[in-house]
Amino acid sequence: MSDVGAAIGISLALATVRKAVPLVFASTGGFFSERSGIINIGLEGMMLFGAFSGAIIAYFSHNAWLGVLGAAFVGGLIGCLHAFATIQLKANQIISGVAINMLGAGTTVFLSQVFIHGERSFSLAPQDRLPALGPFLPLTYIAFGLAIGATVFSYYTVGGLRLRAVGEHPRAADTQGVRVNRIRFLGVVTSGVCAGLGGAYLPFFSGSFAKNMTAGQGFIALAALIFGKWNPMGALAASLLFGFADALQETLQGRAHLPAQALQMVPYVVTMIALAGVIGRSIPPASIGKPYEREVTEAST
Amino acid sequence: MRARGVSLARLVPPFVSLLLAGLVATVIIALLGENPLHIASVMISGSVGSFRSLANTLEEATPLILTGLCVAVGMRSGLFNIGGEGQLVIGAFLAAWLGAKLPIANPILHVVVCLLAAGTGGAIWAMIAGVLRARLGAHEVINTIMLNYVAFISTNYLVNLPYFKKPGQIPQTFDIAVTASLPRLTFVYKYTRLNAGLFIALAAVFAVWIFLARTRLGFEIRSVGLNPLAGRVAGISVVRSMIVAMGIGGFLAGIAGAERVLGVHKHFISPFPFGYGFAGIAVALLARNNALVIVLTAIFFGALASGGAHVDMVTNVPRELVTVIQAVIILFVACDLVLRPRGRSNEVTTSE
Amino acid sequence: MVLENIGQRQQHSDGRSVAIRMEGITKRFGSLVANHDIDLSVYQGEVHALVGENGAGKTTLMNILYGMVRPDSGHIFVGTTELPVHRGFLGPDYGIGMIHQHFMLVRPFSVLENIILGTEPRRGIFLDLVSARRKVVDLMGRYGIEIDLDRRVEDLSVGEEQRVEILKVLYRNARIIIMDEPTAVLTPQEIDRLFETVRMLVAAGHTLIFITHKLEEVMEIADRVTVLRQGRVVGTRSIQEVDPEELAIMMVGRKIEATRPVRRTRSATSLFRLENICLRTPRNLDALSSISLDVRQGEILGICGVEGNGQDELFEVAIGIRKPSSGKIFFQDEEITGLSAARRLRLGIGHIPPDRIRMGIVPGMTVKENIILGRHVEPELAGSFFLKDRAIRNLAVKLLHDYGIVPPAPEADITTFSGGNQQKIVVARELSRKARLLIASQPTRGLDIMATKLIHDSLLEHAENGGGVLLISADLAEIMDLSDRIAVMYRGRILRVLEREHASEEQLGLLMAGVAG
Repeated sequence: MSDVGAAIGISLALATVRKAVPLVFASTGGFFSERSGIINIGLEGMMLFGAFSGAIIAYFSHNAWLGVLGAAFVGGLIGCLHAFATIQLKANQIISGVAINMLGAGTTVFLSQVFIHGERSFSLAPQDRLPALGPFLPLTYIAFGLAIGATVFSYYTVGGLRLRAVGEHPRAADTQGVRVNRIRFLGVVTSGVCAGLGGAYLPFFSGSFAKNMTAGQGFIALAALIFGKWNPMGALAASLLFGFADALQETLQGRAHLPAQALQMVPYVVTMIALAGVIGRSIPPASIGKPYEREVTEAST
Repeated sequence: MRARGVSLARLVPPFVSLLLAGLVATVIIALLGENPLHIASVMISGSVGSFRSLANTLEEATPLILTGLCVAVGMRSGLFNIGGEGQLVIGAFLAAWLGAKLPIANPILHVVVCLLAAGTGGAIWAMIAGVLRARLGAHEVINTIMLNYVAFISTNYLVNLPYFKKPGQIPQTFDIAVTASLPRLTFVYKYTRLNAGLFIALAAVFAVWIFLARTRLGFEIRSVGLNPLAGRVAGISVVRSMIVAMGIGGFLAGIAGAERVLGVHKHFISPFPFGYGFAGIAVALLARNNALVIVLTAIFFGALASGGAHVDMVTNVPRELVTVIQAVIILFVACDLVLRPRGRSNEVTTSE
Repeated sequence: MVLENIGQRQQHSDGRSVAIRMEGITKRFGSLVANHDIDLSVYQGEVHALVGENGAGKTTLMNILYGMVRPDSGHIFVGTTELPVHRGFLGPDYGIGMIHQHFMLVRPFSVLENIILGTEPRRGIFLDLVSARRKVVDLMGRYGIEIDLDRRVEDLSVGEEQRVEILKVLYRNARIIIMDEPTAVLTPQEIDRLFETVRMLVAAGHTLIFITHKLEEVMEIADRVTVLRQGRVVGTRSIQEVDPEELAIMMVGRKIEATRPVRRTRSATSLFRLENICLRTPRNLDALSSISLDVRQGEILGICGVEGNGQDELFEVAIGIRKPSSGKIFFQDEEITGLSAARRLRLGIGHIPPDRIRMGIVPGMTVKENIILGRHVEPELAGSFFLKDRAIRNLAVKLLHDYGIVPPAPEADITTFSGGNQQKIVVARELSRKARLLIASQPTRGLDIMATKLIHDSLLEHAENGGGVLLISADLAEIMDLSDRIAVMYRGRILRVLEREHASEEQLGLLMAGVAG
């Protein structure tokens, strides 16, 4: 009995980590963008781009690592798009994010049909997948390393200090010679790379690409970032919590009285609660969502 | 620059965005090795080329009008309601439930009850985000996204309960009673799913337009949306304006869900056909949140959807091209490609 | 131009070297000319005061010198080096530091992080906080500035924040330090401390440019002073050869002592009364302390004071968008403390907010709609649900005509009108609502003479007709011209209420500076 319990416990722990990986990637990505002051609700679309490009490149090149690199690259490209729209053209950051999500949903399925003869999903042959490293895919270790790296970056490096400064008070940073928009651009592109990697994990984990396979994980990653108070470590913890809820839900399926949906809802509900300030309020970076312009036209003072 | 009679001039940039999006689509199609002109002609025949196509277009446009209004009313109060998707699902579920279970013999009454319930459900769903924003300052964008998923998941739970679920493998509710059905407009095309919901949507456009332009509350909502502090100084309750605007938006999205159930599908299914809520953002954006223009933009996107389905059927170009075009339009409109270069060139001249 | 240059060189050939020379600086924001062909020279090692009224262009000029704003034309020299003003530059690269009026501090960051931001000492990609700390501690010792480097800026007092700003500037080895109204937000003790620091900086060989509009500070701290008015230089004087009165005339452009016919009968009946109003905010525990005031029928009660001494808070409490922490408010002897802004409007309390763009109008709406803002619930203009469009239009047309606002286009977007006309629209709206009391805050700020006169006449007429006016203004001349009684506000308190006849400019000035008169 206790052996069974232990086995379930271990498999639950492993499943938690596996479920958390894409969230860790994407929420760390969200950290880079949002801390620089650019809202990124396009994480979902960026992940989907990553999932598709990772899978399709592996499918044709028979090289999974090339797929991973391709996913990071395409994610970065989409990040560039979001950055260009919101920073250079000062487009509304939310609208741009919505557009990127639609673009992801449309383009990936569209291209899938173009490349795989009318199929909206396709499987990866075993030799085209990533080989496991121990109990996990190698991307798992990269994800956790990335989150730790982001923390170190954020609090111990020059770039991290500047990244946080431009999201809080871009003008203060600008008066000290910090290139606000350049840092924001890099932040958003980095977020695209991370989200792309998070997306790439999905087909290598499940063995296939499917239409809309992110199924809201980009938004859950955003939730993890907010619940984790816009810190990489907080986001990591939140990703693990949400991963746990997801793993538990699958383990319990049909075994317990608790409906699976109650656990599925956890990320969304706790995020709303955190935003409302019921349990330790999450406060966004002060200048998030506001494009930065050096010269304010003080037309009438 | 900013002369009187701005409204027409304001619609120029969206129009240019459309042209640019068309250009992008042309390039994509050409890259696929297809003839863009051919695809365009298939698109046109699939959207307006026959009564059947026209009916399809209008059928697709109906929920878009309502979700477009939903986004626009929120925007007018300064809030970004991207929860139309969830509000629509709540409305759809309530309509399916009451449509199937309420023993009302009078068809008009039955439909009205279902619509009101769906609208109220959607309104409450949206107002949760409105209250959290107005009272606690919690960002409505995040909360409406979260509420979308809460709506998907909770209706998924409910639809699987024996009380609601039609026996079988598929998670869908019992079909609605005949009395709850919105009559289909078969005079346009015999087998159409286009239904009286279209008239409800048009009535909603008119009502929202009058409400915003001519009523006290509409005026307050617009003031708060443009300058909340000045509104407060003028004695307007910002909290109330925001909550009411979210509520009205949610009501309209809920009605959109009811229209899908009562007029098209006849039951609720999980997951519920996806995308009208987000497409509503495109509809509202392209119309610059003008209620009357939304009719046109919704029909435009309806035509894209219906034409796209036709293209998918008769050519090798997948229907997702339409989603791509939609996304590109949103991006272009958001970037204000037409107005922006003028502002930027000013900047350049001052710095030279 | 060339001749002027020669003239300037000669003027400066009195043995002192020039640290900064700005020549022919012009900057427009849209139709507003913020700086018009400004020449300014600052000597090495002096405290150079830059004075002028609000909107005179002081801050814009200094933002240009610091590189945050690019001028439309002109040249800047630091010593003999010409700055690349048109290519873009940033002050710190040329030894210029600036302490902005609104501090440029990242609130969740520590003091140390704020000081080094942008010029971080590093080891590879990592921050070298140890050597950063060493350098800052050294600076603090040298200039006698004390602050805990590990505290977060959001926990600091205003005076402490300013010390962080000074350290930031010193950390970058700035030789020329611009201070934009550094005393506006400080307590008298903090001001003393700041002046000590200023003297220490000068002794250490720094050059200071000190923006202010408080003349007593100029006399105390400056070596020379340049006066700006409406974007132009009025003149530069050595402090020995000038007195405050002359400076005041230069700033305002006319002799301040204005005579106004003493007005009509004032009633003793109280119209609007504040009793012991206190307001505590998270940032300022004494935003308002024990304010008691009484506006009588037919009276204009002026509240003068340097901006930032609680006037905005007083306005907000009076109109009802902010609840006082304690105290009571009465209108016609009925208590209204708990009433909303909307209820107060309906009772007959109109108001002209201090910041028109942010609080007074809704940009993007038409003139017609702005005219009913806050009045859209009046029975003549709206039913219980619908607006009465015809009545609204008629009102708008009438008011545009009465106030001579051109073009008389009720359907035009209000942003197509000039600032003066926008303000006239606000005044027209408020005066035509048949309010008994008008709370007017900075009603003529930034307006031209004609618009100012019309608004002044309107306020006087309102009082003459038996209404009351609570006039809050930083413009002493305006207060003296209009008020029957004058209250002086300083650090959230009313120091004294004087009858107009017994008030002298000098006495008010001393009170406004916090010196008991």
